[in-house]
Amino acid sequence: MSLIETINLGQQFDRRYVLKEINLKIDKGEVFALIGPTGAGKTTLLRLLDLLEISSSGTVYFDGVDVTRSQRHRLEARRRMSFVQQKPIVFTMSVYDNIACGLRWRHEKDQTIRQKVESVLELVDMAPYSSRNAKTLSGGETQRVAIARALIAEPEVLFLDEPTANLDPASTAKVEEILAHIIREQKTTVVMATHDMSQGQRIASRIGVLMSGEILQVGTPNEIFCLPSTKEVAEFIGVENILNGIVIEKDANLATIEVNSSIIQAISDYAVGDRVYVIIRPEDITFTLAKDTSSARNVFKGKITRTTPVGPLVRIEVDCGFPLLGVVTKKSAEELELSIGKEVYTSFKATAIHTIKRWNQ
Amino acid sequence: MTELWQGLIKAIQLIVTFDPEVMEIAGRSLAIAATSCSIASLMCLPLGSLIHFSRFAGKRLLINLLQTLYSVPTVAIGLFVFVLFSRAGPIGGLGLVFTPIAIVIGQALLVTPIILGLTISALSGVDKAVTETAISLGASRFQAIILTIKEVRYAILTAVIMGFGRAISEVGISLMVGGNIKGFTRTITTAISLETSKGDIELSIALGIILILLAMIINFALNRLQQR
Repeated sequence: MSLIETINLGQQFDRRYVLKEINLKIDKGEVFALIGPTGAGKTTLLRLLDLLEISSSGTVYFDGVDVTRSQRHRLEARRRMSFVQQKPIVFTMSVYDNIACGLRWRHEKDQTIRQKVESVLELVDMAPYSSRNAKTLSGGETQRVAIARALIAEPEVLFLDEPTANLDPASTAKVEEILAHIIREQKTTVVMATHDMSQGQRIASRIGVLMSGEILQVGTPNEIFCLPSTKEVAEFIGVENILNGIVIEKDANLATIEVNSSIIQAISDYAVGDRVYVIIRPEDITFTLAKDTSSARNVFKGKITRTTPVGPLVRIEVDCGFPLLGVVTKKSAEELELSIGKEVYTSFKATAIHTIKRWNQ
Repeated sequence: MTELWQGLIKAIQLIVTFDPEVMEIAGRSLAIAATSCSIASLMCLPLGSLIHFSRFAGKRLLINLLQTLYSVPTVAIGLFVFVLFSRAGPIGGLGLVFTPIAIVIGQALLVTPIILGLTISALSGVDKAVTETAISLGASRFQAIILTIKEVRYAILTAVIMGFGRAISEVGISLMVGGNIKGFTRTITTAISLETSKGDIELSIALGIILILLAMIINFALNRLQQR
């Protein structure tokens, strides 16, 4: 059995479902990221898994034990977990005492506490702050104290709610480095909520996409980012080329899809007559001035409608009978002289396309 | 003005010479107020936590009632305790009327709403996330409550000092249930009241100054705590 398992877990506030039928399995040593927009229910789910809240429906198993209701089982299970909140609260006491309290509550000996606090302070690079009043720390330092405090009891599961949401890039990097260290060295099971998809991708071994209180997809980062299972997931992970199409021909797994009277060829499991969303990642689109002679099955002539510089890249929007968005480096954009109104050829491979069944119109 | 001046000189004389009668009265006042305040605090801290951390119907009403009782007249409590402990009263048999114990009980009743109300108010000011963080870090419900109380330790201490200030400065209870018996239940406030009616304004002023000095010490302590 998984370390954490939920069966039809639901949470209601004021007769409104915040979470619906969550069925999740998280294995020992796994790093699981919950991604989803703000208000999707990520924090509520973490609070249910950390046993801070009691669910309105469903069951939570921790290490095979039903911990949904029993206070005793909940405390026992909770003492094997730790939770770092999005905006961590430090207690009005020294950094040392803040970190030590978890062990004191577990009635550890003073000497053990001292050794462990010193070692975890080293780990989060906060040793010189030991006697500082924790209330006087900066946001990044507070987050590190919160992580140290969560780690001191050597939890089997570490829950992190948007651990870097309020931090500057330098502090974010530091916190991620600490997390990577814990995951690598201590093999702690980590469940983190984040709206930063790239963070999920960097840290997690598996990702669950939570939207409007429902888990829409669970998979490896690669599966989520390359093969989103619904249009909503595709939109959330930032896929901007989502075209409505219909499969008109099928040869083995090569489908011919009609999109706005244009024909796109894609590798797809769907059958002739199926309505689909055609998903093309911007980075898979190549721009050329002359017709591309490469192996790409899909080549379309179009006119540039918009160019937007984004850091070292430029987003190019093209009208090929259907709208298409691609990205090129700034240097390529200059070399190709890509500007509004210019005619270009866009090409992409049949294997670069992902299709999702479209149930509505 | 002369009386005030002479009162001031006499007060200094009485204080620097450690006048036995004044010291005895001041000592008794301090002891009675400290005892009543300690008893009230010992009851109010757990009771206040219980009220704050539990959910029940009428909680808001109870808190409003406590706040109303902040300004209960001391003579009303004096009367209540007197009726309770007088020979004909329900527990008159204990023979406590006109003893320091009766004053302690009366003062404890007087300051209980203040300490209780301010304790609840201090605890309400703590972010709920503090208790939750403690629970998420493995604290039992009881351990989390203790931590929350520790978080507002200075505000609770302030509540206790406020209660002490109210106890040491009251006169109604001490007079009505203590009886102002010399060497037994006489406190600073009852002595001032008596000496003034006897015409010994200087001693009254001296005792008044001592009372104000005590109040000042309390206020300084309070300010120091609030600055932390």
